[in-house]
Amino acid sequence: MYVLIVGAGKVGWNLTRELIAKGHEVTVLESDPTRYAVVEEELEHSVQYGDGSELWVLERAGIERADLVIAVTGDDEDNILISQVAREKYGVERVVARCNNPRNLHHFELLGVKPAISATDLILRLIEHEVPNHGLVHLLDLPEERLEIIELEVAPDSEAAGKQVKDLGLPEGSLVISILRDDGGFVPTGESVVQPGDEVLVVLDVGIEDRVTERFTGTVAPTA
Amino acid sequence: MFVLIVGCGRVGSAIAHSMLAEGNEVSVLDEDPEAIALLDRGQSEGWEERGGRFTVGTALEIDALLAAGIDQADAFVASTDGDNTNLVVAQIAKRRFDVDRVVVRVLDPHRARWYAQQGLQTVCPTQTAIELLEAAVRGQIRFEGVSG
Repeated sequence: MYVLIVGAGKVGWNLTRELIAKGHEVTVLESDPTRYAVVEEELEHSVQYGDGSELWVLERAGIERADLVIAVTGDDEDNILISQVAREKYGVERVVARCNNPRNLHHFELLGVKPAISATDLILRLIEHEVPNHGLVHLLDLPEERLEIIELEVAPDSEAAGKQVKDLGLPEGSLVISILRDDGGFVPTGESVVQPGDEVLVVLDVGIEDRVTERFTGTVAPTA
Repeated sequence: MFVLIVGCGRVGSAIAHSMLAEGNEVSVLDEDPEAIALLDRGQSEGWEERGGRFTVGTALEIDALLAAGIDQADAFVASTDGDNTNLVVAQIAKRRFDVDRVVVRVLDPHRARWYAQQGLQTVCPTQTAIELLEAAVRGQIRFEGVSG
């Protein structure tokens, strides 16, 4: 596979190294002369000097025959443009873009650049997973399929505690796919009993999250 | 008409001046708070006193674009000093906010040409300079110094 990477920062450099080790042909583009000189010491002819948002630089690097283009510069505008041009002008089938500022993710989406990967967003999700705020964690969103997977903790005074999965009264469009307990996780059957303190993974249609969540959260007494 | 100009350099500020003088509503967005000086320069009254709007913010921030009034804009000018920023923000104005008339400055002739083919109204000062200079070299046109 021929991979063209734009931006030889930490991400681009390491990606290049890993992909070469896996036996792929890789070219990485870098526009900063000092950085280029440093990276060139190691990567030699695999790195080319030039601004990867310029069409002739991309063409010189052989974008027309690239199987995969990875845009990982520090600039979101550049990554969007490079990805857009790669796909729409040069017909590259697979494009991966880095989104530096998660607030820009919807720009990537709007201009048809996907997948866009935001390290900040990934770390935020991990933090959310480790330090849940409301006992509910979004594990995975599949916007195109209109599905999401959430993780919920079963409160001792909830409707669900002590019930079999088939009696949980979950709304249509939701399914318990896994129960996590002290001794590990398992895929439940209809007869499996949900215990207080369990963590359950539920796959559900977008929009019915509240109706699913209410089965697992405690009945909070209204504050006076 | 309501004109929103993103990027208040020599080009953006000059367009802002003439649009305001022609009686349009004009709003300018720039990331540099000092850029308003270009709008005040050579005028007895300040830009905002004359009815112009000025917002500080970066081009890709939706909140900044909204504060500058993008949802009411009839015309949108992308004139920051970055080609990529201009091309991205112009597409946002067109696709997300449905602005009627979007014009974008692109210095690189190749990108300007390709995005023009994709339906963006790009203006490429470099290409214009090349054509005028070539015509002048051939003797087809003659300048008495700066035109305009």
